[in-house]
Amino acid sequence: MNPTYANIGSDSFDGNISTLNLGPTHPATHGIFQNILKVDGEHILDAEQTVGYIHRAFEKIAERRTYYQITTLTDRMNYCSSPINNIGWQMTVEKLAGIEVPKRAQYMRIVLMELARVADHIICNSVLGVDTGALTGFTYMWQLREMIYDLYEEVCGARLTTNMGIIGGFEQNFTPRFDKILKDFFIAFDKIFGEFSSMLERNRIFMDRCVGVGAISAERALSYGFTGPNLRATGVDYDMRIASPYSSYEDFDFIIPVGQSGDTYDRFMVRQLEMLESIKLIKNAYQNLPEGPTKFDVPEFLLPEKEKVYSNMESLIYHFKVVMGEVPMPVGEVYHAVEGGNGELGFYLISDGGRNPYRLHFRRPCFIYYQAFTEMIKGSVISDAVLTMSSLNVIAGELDA
Amino acid sequence: MDATDKLPQILEELRDKFSLTYNIDSYGMICSEVENGQHHEILEYLCHHPSHSFEMLTTLFAVHYPDQEGKEFAMVYVVKNLIENLSLTLKVYLPASNPSIKTVSDIYESANWQERQEFDFFGINFIGHPNLMRILNVEDMDYHPMRKEYKLEDPTREDKEDKYFGR
Repeated sequence: MNPTYANIGSDSFDGNISTLNLGPTHPATHGIFQNILKVDGEHILDAEQTVGYIHRAFEKIAERRTYYQITTLTDRMNYCSSPINNIGWQMTVEKLAGIEVPKRAQYMRIVLMELARVADHIICNSVLGVDTGALTGFTYMWQLREMIYDLYEEVCGARLTTNMGIIGGFEQNFTPRFDKILKDFFIAFDKIFGEFSSMLERNRIFMDRCVGVGAISAERALSYGFTGPNLRATGVDYDMRIASPYSSYEDFDFIIPVGQSGDTYDRFMVRQLEMLESIKLIKNAYQNLPEGPTKFDVPEFLLPEKEKVYSNMESLIYHFKVVMGEVPMPVGEVYHAVEGGNGELGFYLISDGGRNPYRLHFRRPCFIYYQAFTEMIKGSVISDAVLTMSSLNVIAGELDA
Repeated sequence: MDATDKLPQILEELRDKFSLTYNIDSYGMICSEVENGQHHEILEYLCHHPSHSFEMLTTLFAVHYPDQEGKEFAMVYVVKNLIENLSLTLKVYLPASNPSIKTVSDIYESANWQERQEFDFFGINFIGHPNLMRILNVEDMDYHPMRKEYKLEDPTREDKEDKYFGR
């Protein structure tokens, strides 16, 4: 027996140290995560994560694809909030090409990105409920996600991997059906979210399981490159929407909720409050949609209207040219980051003027902060490790690029 | 470079201390090319600066430029000061004959996996890294797939050559 382990919970110490595989496919890991734990009874002495089960070579593929075709790759990173990835990528290309998107399209983007954020946080928080033993909240909240998927479907025809919008804005306006579903969504959200909050937020069992579990200090979180709700739960008010506003976020009044102790409960509460702020943003942006076009008006980047593509030769040729990237792109490097569901989702794009990026690097927040998991669960018990992972909201798709 | 007059104080201090030259592009990105080895000193200074700490490493990654002789690889570091909302990009060029660079994982914890990733894909050797092994690819892979010599598509295919697309 190694005496260095003796400082961990000596009351349950039985002297048998074993290695335990939590995952790769374990119901509590919500994805393909392998965690090799060194445990003494139920106490975790050490842990090692692997992330290499879903590598799909996005960065390599991006070097052989045109700018339009890369949008579909970004869908598959954080698939719980694909529109943020899509729009974040489109904004990167727009930044490189110097495209100024019309105000209406910017507000539409805010509506959709905030819907995606709500959908992302719904998953994380309701799954945290599942892991503490409350399945009903999850199935109940899923109805909201269903409605958000319906909204996506109205905008782009797809539900999960959305490939939403185009470089320069949106193909079309919001439809009347979108308006109807959105109004129903606001009513449903107030009811369902209110019941969900009152069920969990001050629930004794839930709080006992979450308060003080998987805590991390602000200094360590910054060193580990935390961003998003996980960083804000430690008390650092860093949010890309405020730090470097994009897509007209500066026009809106919203607050950035922060926590204090950086534990599971604070992460949960930060996400809860962020959802309310997002709903406020969606309402504001939707009600104040400026008049005007939904897309940037420069033929080099603009896809012709679909009806014309089917009936008119020039439009068909133009459609082909735009999609195949026969578009003059400036030479240069840009870094653009958006506030994704889990933090700073960045795109570092190096262009040599060709039809595809010379190098595209994705800064995926999950990949960066998942490193801290070992430090956060050391010395805790396995059931706490499950909660910590779920409240970090590690999305398998975002570990890879 | 006119923008240099309005440089934040910390960057002026850094320029004088390490004799850096800044390149500010039209998007406002402040970039500096530094020598191999110097990057560690600079990042350590920035991270532990008492009043203007660049406490977060936003990202780091490698780029392969096979045609630049002696500078085939570039390592790019983006660090951020949250209080002043200031980002700084550092670039270090490495030769293909010896793509070795000192690790920064002793300064920023977040560099650990990111450096493993760049080792995995580009074969950059991070000196002093605690656990330099592949992270996303299989362990027994014997090449570094993001290098430009590994073509993604069938090299015998001719319909996708760059010349057809104005490059």
